[in-house]
Amino acid sequence: MKLDLDGVAARHPAARAGAAPALQSLRLQVAAGEQVAVIGPSGAGKTTLLQVMACAMPPTAGRLQLDGTDPWALPRPALQQLRGRLLLAPQVPPLPPRQRVVTAVLAGRLPALGTWASLRSLFYPTDIPAAHAALAKFDLADKLFDRVDRLSGGERQRVGLARALVAPATLWLVDEPLSALDPTRSRQAITSLVQEAAARRVTLVATLHQVDVALAQFPRVIGLRDGALAFDLPAAQVTPAHLARLYSQHEDELQASAAPVDDTPAAPVAPAVVYCR
Amino acid sequence: MSASLPAPPQRDPAWLGRLFWISAALVLLWPLGVASEFKPWTLLAPDNLKVTGQFLGTFLPPAHSAEFLLMVGREAWRTVAIATTGLVLALVLAVPLALLAVRVLSVSALSGRMARGPFWLRQAVRWGLVVLRSVPELVWALVFVRVVGLGPTAGVLAIALTYGGMLGKVYAEILESGDAHATETLLRNGASRSQALFYGLLPQNASELTSYTVYRWECAIRSSVVLGFVGAGGLGQQMDNSMKMFNGGEVFTMLAVFVALVALADQVSALLRRMLG
Amino acid sequence: MSSGPALPPVATPSQALWNARCRACWLLLAMLALVVASFWSLDLQWGQFFSLDAARSMGRFIAEFFPPDTSPEFLRKVALGTWETLAMSALGTLLAAVAGLALALPASRLHAAERAWARAPTRALLNLLRAVPELVWAGLLLIAAGLGPLAGTLALAAHTTGVLGRLFAETLENAPPGPGAALRTQGVGKGRVFLYATLPQVLPQLLSYTLYRWENNIRAAAVLGVVGAGGLGQLLAFHMGLFHMAKTATVLGAMLLLVGLVDGLSYGSRRWLMR
Repeated sequence: MKLDLDGVAARHPAARAGAAPALQSLRLQVAAGEQVAVIGPSGAGKTTLLQVMACAMPPTAGRLQLDGTDPWALPRPALQQLRGRLLLAPQVPPLPPRQRVVTAVLAGRLPALGTWASLRSLFYPTDIPAAHAALAKFDLADKLFDRVDRLSGGERQRVGLARALVAPATLWLVDEPLSALDPTRSRQAITSLVQEAAARRVTLVATLHQVDVALAQFPRVIGLRDGALAFDLPAAQVTPAHLARLYSQHEDELQASAAPVDDTPAAPVAPAVVYCR
Repeated sequence: MSASLPAPPQRDPAWLGRLFWISAALVLLWPLGVASEFKPWTLLAPDNLKVTGQFLGTFLPPAHSAEFLLMVGREAWRTVAIATTGLVLALVLAVPLALLAVRVLSVSALSGRMARGPFWLRQAVRWGLVVLRSVPELVWALVFVRVVGLGPTAGVLAIALTYGGMLGKVYAEILESGDAHATETLLRNGASRSQALFYGLLPQNASELTSYTVYRWECAIRSSVVLGFVGAGGLGQQMDNSMKMFNGGEVFTMLAVFVALVALADQVSALLRRMLG
Repeated sequence: MSSGPALPPVATPSQALWNARCRACWLLLAMLALVVASFWSLDLQWGQFFSLDAARSMGRFIAEFFPPDTSPEFLRKVALGTWETLAMSALGTLLAAVAGLALALPASRLHAAERAWARAPTRALLNLLRAVPELVWAGLLLIAAGLGPLAGTLALAAHTTGVLGRLFAETLENAPPGPGAALRTQGVGKGRVFLYATLPQVLPQLLSYTLYRWENNIRAAAVLGVVGAGGLGQLLAFHMGLFHMAKTATVLGAMLLLVGLVDGLSYGSRRWLMR
């Protein structure tokens, strides 16, 4: 899918009315099948950028075009169809705790399933081999029938990525896919993701805190700072000076390859408390 | 990353289990339907429809003569009065029993296991509360109507006993579920049980206790209408009379007044709980 | 009574009348007034209840309960009545859970951008269903369905739909929004978002509420028979009306056992659900 942002400004979803916009007059073009990494310090607006690209939030100014059409000018049904062709993988894996991994992964395919097939899949998963293959790419094939809340944080994050592999999407928007993974697993996961995106000619836009991974794995790197474009270069042309300017006053995040890994097991589901009859 | 993919599983292992439970539920449903003579289509049988239609026809116009409305208002007040009186007596019963039943106030348990005597006393009180709570209030009312005759006394006593059991059990649960540290410390340092109660247990749990009591008051109003059907006076008794005479207009007015009363009590209860909690 | 915040500087007497500390006092006063008015307006026959005469007649009355009637044919009738009551309560609760869930969907606002125009009217309907007690529903439905347990089942279902519908709607609104939001971003419709994202998260809690409600409904089902809806209640009213106290005692015993059994089953199932 081709992306075209022209002077796009947007507010953070939870911001108050008078707050400064999270994105300011951004101009950006991503060709179909490209792989782009977005880096920048916290608060730069990376998540907001992904949400605007995913048509989850209308821009407050400027124009967004996906494959040449303005999604916000489309009628609802057409917009829903357009959304079915993209996938936004949030930083916190959107997996219901008591669901099994196979159902959680196959839920990514819902835009392509009819009503009856979706209902049937709840009782008996329709495409077990596809889910298995997707999980195998992230080294989780043996967890196919486990419950999501029995997985560790890193495993859940990889399941969230596996969802993208079964979705009927030509645009993958991935928010911080490596925050809960240790360096070895990070390398494996990002390699799988980029390879799959290239093989399927899917446009991939990923936000990353791990600058070294971004520079190593992605052909094109975008630097975002305070909602504006700091640079938009092929990875080979990004110099330490660029990075220093991008992360000035946030140097600790630049060293963030050593950031603490958030690999906590899921919190147990609290039982329902009912007092009265 | 494994070069050869492990063979994908062909079947969902949870399927047999699900099939079993669904079949078991269906098999159980059939005798339940038979035992409760569940034939909802009889509602549409011509004779029944005729009677229903006639009855519904008498609903309008609702009875609205001044003396009828005055009577309804008086009976509505009686219903509230029965509920309030019953609940006050229930408190008189519940508070000492709850205090007797909590382990938190046990002096013998401070140093290891509770002594035999106090343990069995507490168990006995708990079982007593369970028995009080298990007998439906209508049954108490039927029995008391035999002893003290028709009128509000039977209703008040029935509510007092049942709600005494309910309140006692929930009070005990609330008192035990809080943090016992403050109370235990007071007892260890030589405070008497009542001092530990007023300086430790009560301040901690007061808002929850009052919140539940106010909620139960609203339930008691509904109970007292039900008790009216067996002769305990109030709105319920009048509704029973009107229903037996197929006087839909009166039933409609009384139902409307009752629903309004419950809605009012619900609002008051929510308001009180917000102010107290 | 809460001690309230520090008193602000008092400007006028009417202001002082309404600050937090005084509000608590007014509240207490109002409650006391209600209680006193209630006791005074009802002509409660305390004397009659607490006199020696009354104690003696109570004693005689209670003595008539023992020994309870345990003849085989009567026990068979009681067993049938117990089974009928159990079936009424189980079926009524089940119907109410299904209907409650169906009504909880329009009665809840599942995410911030939803218009949810049906929320207020559906909640009003649920409150109406909940406000009318089971016995009153039974009285009304007996006219439409005739004597027998069908009216009882439907009455239980009607009232419990209101209760469960409200509880379910609150649970749905409090469910974590993450999974649903992710599916919505992909353009998945409301129904499938509910089935794949919301329901898996809240199902144990919904089942827990339903099982808890069953405990209440077994008590209600036991007494619905008093107005003619079958089960143990009908046996109870019948024999009490004829002053067969020994048989009444058996029916009461069966009621207690049934209530205890359902309470235990409900508690055990809820523990198993939450493992």
